[in-house]
Amino acid sequence: MAEDVWILGIHMTKFGKHPDKDTVDLAAEAARAALFDGGVTMKEMGILAVGNLMNAWAGIGQQLQKQIGQTGIPVYNVANACATGATALRTAVMAVKAGEVDFGLAVGVEKLAGAGLLSGGAPRQEGTHYEPSGRYGAITGTDGRIGTQTMPGAFAQIGMEYGHKYGGVTFELFAKISEKNHSHSTLNPLAAYNKKMSLEQIMGDVMIAYPITRPMCSANCDGAAAAVVVSDAKLKTLSLEQQRRAIKISASVLTTDPWEEACQVLPNVNTLTRNAAKQAYEKAGIGPEDLDLVELHDCFATAELVHYDNLMLCPEGGAVDFFESGATWRDGSMPVNVSGGLESKGHPIAATGIANIWEVCHHLRGEASHRQIEGAKVGLAHVIGLGQACGLHILEKASV
Amino acid sequence: MTAASGQIPLVDYLVLGDDPHLEAWECQNCSARYFDRRNACANCEGDTFARARVANEGVLRAFTIVSMAAPDIPVPFVAGIIDCDGTSVRANVVNTEPTPEHVSTGMKVRLTTFPIGTDDDGIEGVGFGFEPGG
Repeated sequence: MAEDVWILGIHMTKFGKHPDKDTVDLAAEAARAALFDGGVTMKEMGILAVGNLMNAWAGIGQQLQKQIGQTGIPVYNVANACATGATALRTAVMAVKAGEVDFGLAVGVEKLAGAGLLSGGAPRQEGTHYEPSGRYGAITGTDGRIGTQTMPGAFAQIGMEYGHKYGGVTFELFAKISEKNHSHSTLNPLAAYNKKMSLEQIMGDVMIAYPITRPMCSANCDGAAAAVVVSDAKLKTLSLEQQRRAIKISASVLTTDPWEEACQVLPNVNTLTRNAAKQAYEKAGIGPEDLDLVELHDCFATAELVHYDNLMLCPEGGAVDFFESGATWRDGSMPVNVSGGLESKGHPIAATGIANIWEVCHHLRGEASHRQIEGAKVGLAHVIGLGQACGLHILEKASV
Repeated sequence: MTAASGQIPLVDYLVLGDDPHLEAWECQNCSARYFDRRNACANCEGDTFARARVANEGVLRAFTIVSMAAPDIPVPFVAGIIDCDGTSVRANVVNTEPTPEHVSTGMKVRLTTFPIGTDDDGIEGVGFGFEPGG
């Protein structure tokens, strides 16, 4: 049986506007800080996996390597929509687990500040002659004419569908989820936005796609995060301090959505996540009740609600009651997105999958000071990307 | 493709004429349905498909009211998912006020068609949506 893999060093940059730093600058900052945090250097790394979407074609992995230590190791340039960061980490984890390398470095980086609506496809120009084109034989652009596939629109429908199935869903409920995350972020100096927002402000802000207003959307910004992973055998040869701060990856899972009726008209983020969660809990030998904190993919406030159910943090169909009980606030029984989540901490796409792991590690190491979740020993980090992809990690504090 | 000459549907799965309706490619092995051309069935890997008619009436299972869209799309509009007797359809909900007071999940809707423009040859493009009723 393959042995455990540990996070030895990890770092995330401040998320926000970084106009003076290019993509490689941000990646280098995160990578070098993660190496330093782990007490290792590029010379020890056996594999480099770099996630980036905006320049997925440009070999950011190799560009980064040239700036931080061009050692000739294998580089994987990783793209998996919003699950890119977790996929980059998974790539490094697999190499360690396979026994091919002792140490791996995974990085996620994105410059997205100022990017506008990320839509489901560019509208076609109105031609002078209608001609069926593509697999749907469309004569012109269909987004906006045949429903919508823009991200806010898709996730608004996903939230409303939960209400249709189980009831209890209102605009105000989703706004309250956003209120929680904006409140959490006031304690997080690395968040892109750390301003408290009242429920009235959130509900009164610009409507994007009912019931999602602007503050209920993930924040486009720049940022990077990186993690060094190490094999169990190698970790035992390192210093006591390195062993004490290492975080065990008890589960590292990636899924796509299996075919279900309707998956062609609305992204299935539910089965996608539930399957990943089941695999992860089994691999880690724990249940959701054992979690001390969760960083999940609140690309929109509506997404957070359905993921309470998908991650089995609550009984099936019980997400509304679960939220209303206060459980997911930082002082509740299951703190969710104490970082501020994607809505307030920000979502530089490829960085997010490693940044939310950083948040969990920060608490598991007991280093979160004034915002520490007391006694945190086990955490879960979850990202999803449309298409679909779900990256899920369960992390545990070292018992050294 | 049409009874009235000079019309073309927005997408090839919209069938025009006296009895407008939607059609899907149905896998002959497992009955999974697809609106787009497929190389093989995503559910069972089968590669034999036949046209199947989708029910014209259904229940609105999810919706959103989009306020911000690409420049050539008039807003607000209601986008939704309609359960047409077991086949899920993506469409706009039309002929109703685009407000939460006038649209709700669970409402009964039915297929309707309407012109979306005319090209330089005088051919009328026809789109579809679902309106309350049915």
